[in-house]
Amino acid sequence: MKQLLILSGKGGTGKTTLAGAFIKLADARAYADCDVDAPNLHLIMDQSSEPKRTGYCGLPKAEIDTQLCVQCDLCRNYCRFDAIKNHHEYQVDGYACEGCGVCQAVCPVNAVSLKPAVDGELRLYSDGSRVFSTAQLKMGSGTSGMLVTEVKRQMRSVIVDGKLAVIDGSPGIGCPVIASISGVDMVLIVAEPSISGVSDMERIIKTAQTFQTKMAVCINKYDINPEKTQKIKLFCQGRGIPIVGRIPFDAEAVKAVNNGQAIVDLDCASGRAAREVYDQTIKILFNNIAL
Amino acid sequence: MRIAVLSGKGGTGKTLISVNLAAAAQTSIYVDCDVEEPNGHLFFKPEGVQDEETAINIPSVDEELCNGCRICVDFCNFNALAYINGKLKIFEEVCHSCGGCALFCPENALSEKDKFIGKVQKGVSDNVTVNTGILNIGEASGIPLIKKLLNENELAGGSPTFIDCPPGSACIVMESIKDADYCILVAEPTLFGVHNLNMVYELVKLFDKPHGVVLNKCLEGENPAEEFCLEKGIRILGRIPFDDELGILNSNAQIAVREKEKYRTMFSSLLQIVTEEVRHETVANP
Amino acid sequence: MRIAIPVDEKSIGASVCQSFGRAPYFLIYDTDSKESEFINNSAAASQGGAGIKTAQAVVDYRIGALLTPRCGENASEVINAANIKIYKTTDASAPDNINAFINGKLSLLDEIHRGFHNHGSK
Repeated sequence: MKQLLILSGKGGTGKTTLAGAFIKLADARAYADCDVDAPNLHLIMDQSSEPKRTGYCGLPKAEIDTQLCVQCDLCRNYCRFDAIKNHHEYQVDGYACEGCGVCQAVCPVNAVSLKPAVDGELRLYSDGSRVFSTAQLKMGSGTSGMLVTEVKRQMRSVIVDGKLAVIDGSPGIGCPVIASISGVDMVLIVAEPSISGVSDMERIIKTAQTFQTKMAVCINKYDINPEKTQKIKLFCQGRGIPIVGRIPFDAEAVKAVNNGQAIVDLDCASGRAAREVYDQTIKILFNNIAL
Repeated sequence: MRIAVLSGKGGTGKTLISVNLAAAAQTSIYVDCDVEEPNGHLFFKPEGVQDEETAINIPSVDEELCNGCRICVDFCNFNALAYINGKLKIFEEVCHSCGGCALFCPENALSEKDKFIGKVQKGVSDNVTVNTGILNIGEASGIPLIKKLLNENELAGGSPTFIDCPPGSACIVMESIKDADYCILVAEPTLFGVHNLNMVYELVKLFDKPHGVVLNKCLEGENPAEEFCLEKGIRILGRIPFDDELGILNSNAQIAVREKEKYRTMFSSLLQIVTEEVRHETVANP
Repeated sequence: MRIAIPVDEKSIGASVCQSFGRAPYFLIYDTDSKESEFINNSAAASQGGAGIKTAQAVVDYRIGALLTPRCGENASEVINAANIKIYKTTDASAPDNINAFINGKLSLLDEIHRGFHNHGSK
């Protein structure tokens, strides 16, 4: 099974909407939402069953036993993350703590210990023939590449038929994005024709290129700024990155999303364009072999 | 007065709103904390730009002094060190810069050196001081950059500061809103928008931050984000209609307030509402 | 010579684990004495740098070769520094791969994937 990852750099360019369309068009049996910060894919994919939920523990966090603490201040002095607070008594700010263990090691009275902490929840929807893996990071938790890796692993843990797995990525270029690219067969970048969109696209392309994964770009809402659409084209041509289609701005797409539907469920301009993007992407992903 | 602009979802208009509010103020500071994909500087095109590289500490070994005791290898909870064939190997990108290895090395064989992860760029665009954090490609975490951006910004003479936050509700956002006096949540009228608005709403409640919502890209007809605000009793600060003209200005990275009087009026009145809100909050909770 | 293979379970016919750093166990096989033993991989549960820690543990076991379907950048750096060769397993079971290795049928792993970048937080 080939894994296709949809990314954008900039948020709000239409990753999830397009991922939803691809899943419908391919009748994909395996899909995942790696935007663990702000997962949305579940809002447009109907789930017939309740998911299997698994707590996700990130790094352990320090805890101070105030009964034992002698207020020597060593932990606060050595903590690089400003995670030790002293309001009347010494406490650990769980949001700042990275679980390095320095405080534990410097404490002269063994008042500090590292305790596992739940940082999020993995959700697995599966009816045997279909698998949908998603997760939600707890608010204020570390943006976690590890949870992204777990989401992908969870998706692969259920063996289903089918040749295509669709993965919805997260915005940005940091740790979760790097974790999501690792191991996929192709990255499809959804670019938006604006100065911000072009700048972000260039950064995500540079990030993805270090993985030497197959890459293609599609332009969403291409008609909002033809000049920037042209700029995206030139940039991609200059780097040998194929453009697999252009999708117009379409108020129908907003309606589809608000009804919990994929854009290809409606007969609309953006849905038709998404089909074209899908066909071109599949050709590249499978080296012109029909699905 | 520090005002953070955030939205769970990317692309809802954080930059549009923070840039235009900063431009509408008499004098102001704009801080771009979306260090993975900073965009505000594209709008402001600041002048007199000065770069300051930002570094984190990573260990460096003096092989002469290292006796292979492996205390550092065992200590490192991130597994950034290995001792192979009589040599210590350090994996820089796995290191979290906690300093433990150097601290606990009995031979003093480990010291720390700088590793540059990005830069803070400062410049001026008319009435606005523009501070941008730019994370180097391939770096995992922008937190140190954000800390630097917000620490340095020890408010000059009470000018309002607008903090353009990264998307989401993870620690990087938390770091960005930590010292904010007020949070503006930007929401778009879609089901995704509402879902993600709920996330940042929970976040600002968790940190007890006064907040209000700006509804962006409002179309005719129902607005699920507006319904959400009414249901939860969240203050709606303003509504920005979906508008081709604003869309094109924004996509060309032009500052609407500086281009058209009608947008100056729109954002000035939004700024006034926000300022009132902040004042009210500071009086109520000094 | 001792060889190491990541495996999913502690049984003689075990299948090869698809991940190196996250493998729950390693099968250590001694080609001279023909004895097998299983070791627990405590690094599998680490938040980050699992490949590095696993590689350190495998190296400390004084093996001569590693047989694995895939191996990350960081782990391979550790293994290479110890002058241990990495061979690519085939889809078959662990014992089948051992036999293939003894018969010189396995080729060196040439594709090293970039790290999963499992920073637990931040």
